Amino acid sequence: MIPVENVPPAGDGGFWNDTGKTGITAWIFSTDHKRIGLLYFYSVLTFFLIAVVLGVLLRIELMAPGRTIMGPQTYNAVFTVHGVVMVFLFIIPGFQGSFGNLVMPIQIGARDVAFPRLNLFSWWLYIAGAAVIITSLFTGGGPPDTGWTFYVPFSERTGTNVSLAVFGVFIVGFSSIVTGLNFVTTIHRLRAEGMTWGRLPLFVWSLYATAWVQILATPILGITLALIIAERFLGTGLFDPARGGDPLMYQHLFWIYSHPAVYIMILPGMGVISEIIPAFARKPIFGYKMIAFSSLAIAAAGSLVWGHHMFTSGMSDTAILVFSFLTFVVAIPSAIKVFNWVSTLYRGSISLEAPMLFALAFILLFSIGGLTGLILGAAATDIHVHDTQFVVGHFHYVIFGGAVFAFFGAMHYWLPKFYGRRYAEKPAVVAWVLMFVGFNITYFTMMVLGMKGMPRRYYDYLPEFAPLNLVSTIGSWILVSGLILMLVNLFRGLFKGEPIDRNPWGAATLEWTIPTPPPTENFEEEPVVTHGPYDFKGAGIP
Amino acid sequence: MNPLLITTTQAVDPVFKFIFGVSLVLLLGITATTVGFVIRYRRSRAPEPTSQSSGNIWLEIVWIVLPSILVLAMFYYGWSGYLSLRNVPKDALPVTATARMWSWSFTYANGKTSPRLYVPVGKPVVVNLVSKDVLHGFYIPAFRVKRDVVPGMKNFAWFVASKPGSYDLFCSVYCGVGHSAMITTVEAVPAAEFAAWLEKGEGKEEKAAGKALLEKHGCLGCHSLDGTAKVGPTFKGIFGRRVTVLTGGTERTITVDEEYLRRSILDPNADVVKGYQPIMPSFPGLTKDEVTTMVEFIEGVR
Repeated sequence: MIPVENVPPAGDGGFWNDTGKTGITAWIFSTDHKRIGLLYFYSVLTFFLIAVVLGVLLRIELMAPGRTIMGPQTYNAVFTVHGVVMVFLFIIPGFQGSFGNLVMPIQIGARDVAFPRLNLFSWWLYIAGAAVIITSLFTGGGPPDTGWTFYVPFSERTGTNVSLAVFGVFIVGFSSIVTGLNFVTTIHRLRAEGMTWGRLPLFVWSLYATAWVQILATPILGITLALIIAERFLGTGLFDPARGGDPLMYQHLFWIYSHPAVYIMILPGMGVISEIIPAFARKPIFGYKMIAFSSLAIAAAGSLVWGHHMFTSGMSDTAILVFSFLTFVVAIPSAIKVFNWVSTLYRGSISLEAPMLFALAFILLFSIGGLTGLILGAAATDIHVHDTQFVVGHFHYVIFGGAVFAFFGAMHYWLPKFYGRRYAEKPAVVAWVLMFVGFNITYFTMMVLGMKGMPRRYYDYLPEFAPLNLVSTIGSWILVSGLILMLVNLFRGLFKGEPIDRNPWGAATLEWTIPTPPPTENFEEEPVVTHGPYDFKGAGIP
Repeated sequence: MNPLLITTTQAVDPVFKFIFGVSLVLLLGITATTVGFVIRYRRSRAPEPTSQSSGNIWLEIVWIVLPSILVLAMFYYGWSGYLSLRNVPKDALPVTATARMWSWSFTYANGKTSPRLYVPVGKPVVVNLVSKDVLHGFYIPAFRVKRDVVPGMKNFAWFVASKPGSYDLFCSVYCGVGHSAMITTVEAVPAAEFAAWLEKGEGKEEKAAGKALLEKHGCLGCHSLDGTAKVGPTFKGIFGRRVTVLTGGTERTITVDEEYLRRSILDPNADVVKGYQPIMPSFPGLTKDEVTTMVEFIEGVR
């Protein structure tokens, strides 16, 4: 272990010093998984912040009935772009691209991913797709106004620039498939000696399950989006009832990808939580095999539940019976994870530092998201809350309270390792409190509004919904102030904060055994793994 | 009202209570256990972990089996409630709801059409859903019913209003710029009053007839009568106003007159007022007299 005072300043040492190329080309043409990870990280973070601004604008518009700051057409475009950017440019590529790339090869004791150039190519595809989507906002008939779901026949008729936006999402999809292939191959072929499947860190297990979903489900999204473009330009009539088509077929095709995509978003987040909790409780994870298995079970069963987005659509009652049943089946592996995480805390030695606070918030917020999901899975109750603010609240509990809080936890847990410096603890805790409180005010209120019957994607609403909408908007301001404080504190710390040694948290996975920041080659010599990922005694951690 | 008849609200609400109740117990249990462990085993109090346990097969079995039973109960209860929403009582009164961007109109068996859904209290109503253009959603929160209105597809929803009153009816499936304005009401009135209403023809008085036509064709979803900004320009004071319009991409300034109003109803996208989207559907099915009545009414909105 290097003494703390010998750690080089941030942006220096380890892989940061890997020269040969200079300036920006050392990044955008690098095949080092750590540099690609940071490229992805800053790209997805930028899109996240853009979409946050759009989300805040939506909340300001909804602060009072009638027009507040924008007209209905603008509002419709803003919620569409908020959804498209958050889903396709932030959270789907987010975990795999950034922390998957940064951490996974080191956690399995590899030098890099199996196909480093393909890895760089996937980032370029992502940027190309993002550029097309951004172009679609400022050209043609203006930004798309269809909602992120692009439902037909509306998406075929609207004069806005849907075709170009859809083409951008199509390209981003290929980036996702390529990353999935790369990760599956890497995890199969590049594990170090002694890194058996039973010693794989749970974050790697979750990435593995996610990668399979990316490979198997994303092509269907590609086909679906290509069909929209064909409808718009060639008038094929596949989804148009006037020409013998069926709008419901589009919904099936869309959700066959987009429901599993929710698991692409949340599974790596669950993996992060499974890393943070044992490290800060200093105890082996409870039920390792069950957590690893439940990731695979969620990926498999989650691919068969897409129809629960269509209970009101006119789909047959038999289909509703089957999809409702399967939806409840997929609740079980999620519950297993929650129970195992909580049990890991029992008789541990719990340190409440920032990553752990985010993990604990995840457990609570994800539980609320999951439990409200039961209302949506049951056929009778779904009918009332489908397409209302309840769904908006539920979805944000799962994806923001779940996946994004896990992403924030990962930022506090892993980024210091790659910068060699850390953030200040106190402001991080304050930011966490603000976000946790603001989050619940914003989104719990939405669920209440939905129960009262306020539909989603509404620019204007009846006076009876006004008080709660105002509360939700105020909550969003608290949430955003916490977010700003968190980011300022985190990045100040990464560039100017206190230096850290190789294992600041006392964790037992492989990434904490190499120098901080990690060298380009990761390991000086190929590691031989002799203990499990959460065997603190075996790793010699007191 | 038939005492054996279960309303849709009565079929759905117990399922809400059951799932919310079980969820609340689980959530409180998880939260209390987590907080309890964090306090009891915080590092200042427990400097060393006192267990290295990494699992317990019996615990795993317990927390797989118990939640499985709970969720299967929820599934079954939810399904049986849903069946009540699908089994339409035999004596239900049929009404056809026609949805278009962005208005509702309801047609009764005798051909009467109304922008509001009038129903008799205590009598089940089955609404057959027809869309003229894109997807819409027929949603009455008070009765817990919702069904998408899909072009080319025969969907329905049924409900029974057990008390007189006015209930909100929303469009629940996003359908474009006027989506949130596509709302109307269900007017539940006593059976006798309903029968009288159904028999009565459309209003005779000219002024009311003009307004009724605008309501019937959904004009007021996008054009207000009181100056409120909506999807389209307000009718208040529109006659005689000087406006800038786009005609085939070129701007010109005109004065709103009878001829302009007439053209805007029959060929709405010929001249679009600057600042508004060219999204209004045309109404070729209107008779000459109907158009005249509407134009005369609009002239009078001050």
